[in-house]
Amino acid sequence: MQWEIVIGLETHAQLQTQSKIFSGAPTAFGAAPNAQACAVDLALPGVLPVLNRAAVACAIRFGLAVNAAIAPRSVFARKNYFYPDLPKGYQISQFELPVVKGGELTLLVAAGKPGELAYEKTVHLTRAHLEEDAGKSLHEDFHGKTGIDLNRAGTPLLEIVTEPDMCSAAEAVAYAKALHALVQWIGICDGNMQEGSFRCDANVSVRRPGAPLGTRREIKNLNSFRFMQQAIDYEVQWQINEIEDGRAIQQATVLFDPATGTTRAMRSKEDAQDYRYFPDPDLLPLEISPAWIDQVKASMPELPGEMKVRFERDYGLSAYDATTLTASRETASYFEECVAAAGKSRAKLCANWVMGELAARLNEADLGIAASPVSSRQLAGMVSRIADNTISGKIAKDVFDALWNKAGHDADSIIEAQGLRQITDTGAIEKLIDEVLAANPKSVEEFHAGKEKAFNALVGQAMKATKGKANPQQVNELLRKKLAE
Amino acid sequence: MSLNLEQVGRIARLAHIEISPAEAALTRDRLNDILGLIEQLQAVDTTGIEPMAHAVDASQRLREDRPTETDRRSAFQAIAPETEDGLYLVPRVIE
Repeated sequence: MQWEIVIGLETHAQLQTQSKIFSGAPTAFGAAPNAQACAVDLALPGVLPVLNRAAVACAIRFGLAVNAAIAPRSVFARKNYFYPDLPKGYQISQFELPVVKGGELTLLVAAGKPGELAYEKTVHLTRAHLEEDAGKSLHEDFHGKTGIDLNRAGTPLLEIVTEPDMCSAAEAVAYAKALHALVQWIGICDGNMQEGSFRCDANVSVRRPGAPLGTRREIKNLNSFRFMQQAIDYEVQWQINEIEDGRAIQQATVLFDPATGTTRAMRSKEDAQDYRYFPDPDLLPLEISPAWIDQVKASMPELPGEMKVRFERDYGLSAYDATTLTASRETASYFEECVAAAGKSRAKLCANWVMGELAARLNEADLGIAASPVSSRQLAGMVSRIADNTISGKIAKDVFDALWNKAGHDADSIIEAQGLRQITDTGAIEKLIDEVLAANPKSVEEFHAGKEKAFNALVGQAMKATKGKANPQQVNELLRKKLAE
Repeated sequence: MSLNLEQVGRIARLAHIEISPAEAALTRDRLNDILGLIEQLQAVDTTGIEPMAHAVDASQRLREDRPTETDRRSAFQAIAPETEDGLYLVPRVIE
């Protein structure tokens, strides 16, 4: 029996402001407990919220980046619930009139299994709204009590909600990664998932193809892409098993346990969903003028989507390459610096090295591209020597290694110092081949007896004799010629 | 529109307010009095009028993004029922 998976994501992105959304308390990470919780954050009597301009600017930035409508007038509402890390008894959020409406994000979903192809997918956004974060509850042992740290209370959040557009864990993860890259790209969120700056909730349901939407369960607080993948995969299978065993899915909020790889229901309180939203009488409607939007627009960087199209057009890169290279602003600018130094005609070669050897080495050393030991200029220098046939792609790996280990300040000096220049002189190669043929009469005999394997052995011997510096293609041709003589 | 006792109980539960059966009946009557007033307001024809989000017809003033509050934890915690290591302590809550 076929099942269709339906996933929608809600993401909370902490906005990079200096102060909180409704108070003048600082938002720096890692302060002593409650040292950054002021009277407004503590909800002491008589305090009033005042909205932070920079938080609104972040929302406008995001709206522009996803081609959404920025509401000229939006309204803050109270979301009422009781929890000790929410001292007011309500969270200031937005309900009926959010600041950002609609929008979309196009992303590349990587191939899951060999033989599958990567494909493009557009995820539609329902809305994005501003709200305040709650504090933190520490359930460690305080003589049977719970400790409350309100430093995070009042930190500005942008909650970004998608339509139920995704139909696999891979698509959900691809969306979350693209969104994660985008919010950092436009500089509104630091994207630090470990510190909770970017957290996702996934609404998951299953249905028979063509049937109405199934009952969903919401997986809360997914703070890594790997957990998201595992949690959704587990949840989907669980729901299918339940239904196939004749049980109905109950709407619920669930938590993912990384230790067991399973999800379990968190709260099923009958009134849990009744937040009794109403407009916050402490805050007037937020008005955003077209002039403000224009001003924000003027300060926007080139967006990854636009850059990707430009890379495909100007550098002749594939959609996959262009997407990979625009995964972060740092990667994109490294690549562009590399192309600027090596020349546009070598863009594909630059792309291969940035996405291949460089990415692998950075990953291995757990380094970001901005901290790469090999600079974009150095890589460009090396790429140029591959392009003009001074070195082979194989030898280039040695040159790259030397650059990585700071054994030389540029490719040219390393090639000279280590004598890595490719041998292209036909006469020299022929001489080496003659020596190889003379030294391996048995292989020559076997080749003449029709054994193609013997030919490969001879190529190997010849390459060895040139210490890998000959062009393999050229060796191949010359060897065939010699053997035919 | 008027509320019954069951609805009053639910509202009290959502608001974390404990009410006895006797109080519930009294509360129901009071809430229904208020709803009666609302009904009178709702009788006014508001066709074509955009609802306001606030009684004041103005827009929100914005604050510049600058930290202005200093650490006053010790003053705040002096009036808290219980604290430890800078944390406010509350009865254990775990789900």
